[in-house]
Amino acid sequence: MNSSTADLRARGLIAEQFDDAGQQHATAQFGMWAFLATEVLFFGVLFAGYAVCRARDPEAFLLGSQHTEIIFGAVEAGILLLSSATVTFAVNLIKFDERRVVTALLTITALLGVIFLVLHGIEYSHEYDEHLMVGVDFAQHGPHARGIELFFFLYYAMTLYHSLHVLVGVCVLATMGVLVWRRRIRSEYTTPLVLAGLYWHLVDIVWIFLFPLMYLIGR
Amino acid sequence: MNSTVITPDFPELTPPRDFYTHKSGLLSWLLTTDHKRIAILYAITITLFFIMGGVAAAMIRINLVEPQGALLSAETYNKTFTFHGVVMVWFFLIPSIPATLGNFLLPIMIGARDLAFPRLNLASWYLFVIGGCFTIACLLLGGVDTGWTFYTPFSTMFSNTNVILVAVGVFVTGFSTILTGLNFIVTTHKLRMPGMTWFKLPLFVWGMYAVSLVMVLATPVLAMTLSLIGLERIAHVGIFDPALGGDPLLFQHMFWFYSHPAVYIMILPAMGVVSEIIPCFARRKIFGYKFMVYALVGISVIGFFVWGHHMFVAGMSATATLVFSILSFIIAVPSAIKVFNWTATLRRGRISFEAPMLYALGFVGLFMIGGMSGLMLAAPALDIPLHATYFVIAHFHYVMVGGTVMAYLGGIHYWWPKITGRMYSEGWARFAAILMFFGFNFTFFPQYVLGYLGMPRRYHAYPPQFQTLNILSSAGASILALSYLIPVVYLGWSLFHGARAGNNPWGARGLEWQTTSPPPKGNFLERPVVQNAYAYDEPAPGGEPATGATA
Repeated sequence: MNSSTADLRARGLIAEQFDDAGQQHATAQFGMWAFLATEVLFFGVLFAGYAVCRARDPEAFLLGSQHTEIIFGAVEAGILLLSSATVTFAVNLIKFDERRVVTALLTITALLGVIFLVLHGIEYSHEYDEHLMVGVDFAQHGPHARGIELFFFLYYAMTLYHSLHVLVGVCVLATMGVLVWRRRIRSEYTTPLVLAGLYWHLVDIVWIFLFPLMYLIGR
Repeated sequence: MNSTVITPDFPELTPPRDFYTHKSGLLSWLLTTDHKRIAILYAITITLFFIMGGVAAAMIRINLVEPQGALLSAETYNKTFTFHGVVMVWFFLIPSIPATLGNFLLPIMIGARDLAFPRLNLASWYLFVIGGCFTIACLLLGGVDTGWTFYTPFSTMFSNTNVILVAVGVFVTGFSTILTGLNFIVTTHKLRMPGMTWFKLPLFVWGMYAVSLVMVLATPVLAMTLSLIGLERIAHVGIFDPALGGDPLLFQHMFWFYSHPAVYIMILPAMGVVSEIIPCFARRKIFGYKFMVYALVGISVIGFFVWGHHMFVAGMSATATLVFSILSFIIAVPSAIKVFNWTATLRRGRISFEAPMLYALGFVGLFMIGGMSGLMLAAPALDIPLHATYFVIAHFHYVMVGGTVMAYLGGIHYWWPKITGRMYSEGWARFAAILMFFGFNFTFFPQYVLGYLGMPRRYHAYPPQFQTLNILSSAGASILALSYLIPVVYLGWSLFHGARAGNNPWGARGLEWQTTSPPPKGNFLERPVVQNAYAYDEPAPGGEPATGATA
């Protein structure tokens, strides 16, 4: 902190309910962690549903998993891991006011998110062609057909909710990039960027659990 | 008054500019980030929802005057009790105390200028209103007939009503609850004034903290579960569909994983309110402060592990039934500690029976009856025959209406002078409180008997031998309705004509009584002095002498 509390307050960087910048930053970060806890519970329902349904018909889940495209899933996992690394660099370099580098890193992170969404969209279109799209066009045969349908219901519910989070993350990261470029976020006030980074890591972690449960179990 | 009054152009006796007069105009309310104004926005909104839910309740009670149903067809009856349940649970009881009194008082009680995230607080109110609009739209388009519990497979495969619309409404409102809880947790952790340590917090703040933990950790489960219902209705496929190897019982587990803790969302704030009122009017320190804190937090934690007692008749394994039964008995322990400690606080107190105290004492009695009948239902051997009867209805109305609504009204009366700066008519308030106690018991005690005699719940008609008790219940409901209307009149009158309250009309402790009534925008004109919130054997710092207020 290289500016005085009074100075930061006069420039509107400390809200009136806080005593100083340190308290404000700690409060915001605590709030984000609490929010992430709610997200864990939110996705937790889907994971619990997955566990129950898989326990009832494990064979169908293994067969269903074989219909997913592992190359896409693996590349998507790699992209998200890479994007977590770039956002981490951005969060650390903002302390040194590396404005251009940080903006570039945030742009790369957001673009990686966009690539993830595009790849997933291609995956969905392939699944549509193979009559796997539950609720729209699903046609599988054999003794486990209905169990496979259930697997794909969960696959769509979980990946769509995850993709929705990726989309929100892309928008947030792009906004952060603009704010850094315009010097609204800099070493004296990094809070929004730190929070965006935390959120993006959650998006990444959810995929780290989804990837093996959806793509790897049948192989 | 103090020397830092900032409005020299006002006459000397006028209090310094308060949060009402700080800014004016409708927009200054709709865009406010002041926690006190948001509390008032919530208070107005939930009162409207309470009236809507109350009208539905009145229709139910009128219908049940005659065995064949006096007013409603079977379908309309189903839609009416669903509307009553959805509105009363999600749009009145859950936000009732936290979003109004909690929003107003939590920052003041810990010596903060606002909640940690004021804009998020306003966003919560807007989410609440949007969720409410969906629910009302559902009503206008013909209602929904699943009951407030949305049990599958009826809600996913068979019901031809607007399930998705009301599920969206509850989903959106759920996020308003989550964000309020998040705001309270973070505020309590990070914005306590210097010297306000955890074990100096008033029990009301502890109640808000405990309830916020439940809000934040349980409500996301409801949101996702309802969204799965919506997806299943759209796609005609889903994890609750037995034809696919899914499990309708899984829905009940997920729903009650939220909805049982939700019962504690409704009662924990009420316990917080009562823990403030009883010491004040008994002029005694709260008995066993630390045990009260542990009990509050204990209830919120154990509350997450008892949901299965809603499912004893749903086909769980005998082992699961036994475990959930034992856990449900265990949660009675912290609840009982609280009742013992409220009672022990009264011992050797100089008790006076102002209206808030009448509500608080009413709460203790009714909560105890509701809680004891809850213990009966925790035993599977009793629950299985009683589960589908009016006994259950009577049980949860004793806790939610006799408990939470009484405490909410007690809190409104207790902090009314602080919130509005005016006193209300003490005589009318006492009359309404006593009338409410009797009206409530007339309405719901007969339902215990009806349940014991075997009258099933959720039907628009019933065998003729139950008519006498049903008429008694409906007659009690009309007394209850009257006792809810009286406060609207005298509190409304007080807003404009009530006597000026002063800073501390009850001679109470706690930081909220050190500031002006109504408080200024930043809550305090001078930094308050941290004092034990229950130090009734010490003089109040900087406050007015205790007056034993009358209007």
